[in-house]
Amino acid sequence: MSERAQRLLELADDELILGWRDSEWTGIAPTLEEDVAFSSIAQNEIGHARALYELAARDLGTTADALAFDRSPEEYRSAPLVELRRLDWARTIARHWLYETADELRLEELKRSDDAEVAGLAAKMDREEVYHRMHAQMWADRLRGDERFEAAVDELWPYALGVLAPEQRAALAERVGREEVDAVERGEHSDELRELWNEMTMVRRSIPGATW
Amino acid sequence: MTEASVWEALAEIPDPEIPVISLVDLGVVRDVAIDGDHVRVEFTPTFLGCPALEVMRDAMAEKVRELGGEPDVRVISDDSWSSDKITPEGREKLRAAGLAPPAPREATAPTLVQLQSSAFRCPYCGSTDTKLENIFGPTPCRSVRYCAGCRQPFEQFKTI
Repeated sequence: MSERAQRLLELADDELILGWRDSEWTGIAPTLEEDVAFSSIAQNEIGHARALYELAARDLGTTADALAFDRSPEEYRSAPLVELRRLDWARTIARHWLYETADELRLEELKRSDDAEVAGLAAKMDREEVYHRMHAQMWADRLRGDERFEAAVDELWPYALGVLAPEQRAALAERVGREEVDAVERGEHSDELRELWNEMTMVRRSIPGATW
Repeated sequence: MTEASVWEALAEIPDPEIPVISLVDLGVVRDVAIDGDHVRVEFTPTFLGCPALEVMRDAMAEKVRELGGEPDVRVISDDSWSSDKITPEGREKLRAAGLAPPAPREATAPTLVQLQSSAFRCPYCGSTDTKLENIFGPTPCRSVRYCAGCRQPFEQFKTI
């Protein structure tokens, strides 16, 4: 697999899995506004995943749906941060804020890529992510100093570092105002991902080859 | 069949989620090129998470077929669409439907402080005594605001 396809899959898997996690708030978020916000963010992250999978699928001679749903859980390249399930609100906001901050750094680099397709898609995604970041920052500002939120950021910080390539981690530490520590790296998957995989591929596996 | 007739046909397709405005008003059709029977249409989604993407793609292909062409509708996922591309007619149609048109794109990205300011005008009564209720709304391209002038919520098209 080309380096480009691998990189695209990493990004796409992060956005797909996080989109699913965000959608788990649909109907049960603490307020109606947040129900709408997390549902809308989820939808948009999954849209980003689709565009990234489409680009990767062309390189790999397959389809976006096949990449999203027909691989085994072990083949996903998502970061452990996005796989975590059943977070309370403090940890949800901590993940949202840490992920968006890391994602901004990643997109800044991709926008400067010599690969015009990747740079163009990153620029489009970045325009949209502005609103996700705005929302994450609003909540982080609101919860800063809160004991549960601070504990959640402490807990998830090594996971956040694992979203980025090693050379980008110092920049993330600076933006977040923390010391760099050992990251929870990509590669190993939790049972939580396998559980999600079972759920999100269930319909597609039930009728192979069906069109929707 | 000419490029102009294809543009005309595409201008009849309503946005699936905001049917008062056509895809051409929305500015998402970037290019039309004809080569014999082959009609290539390039379009850019407003937001990549737009749930109406497939519906729009199919509707454009159908219009081209009605003209006797062989459609090749391509989704261009780059930064070539901006909310500034909505035509003046399109903005007016949005406003008339109770959906405030987007503020112009600036050199720097929009900020929460800007969204929280009262520079946004209510599409119903014209008051700028409005406040942000939610950055997000029923689709990725909209926010929700509340007008203290006429005491009703309204949707604001996001600047992008």
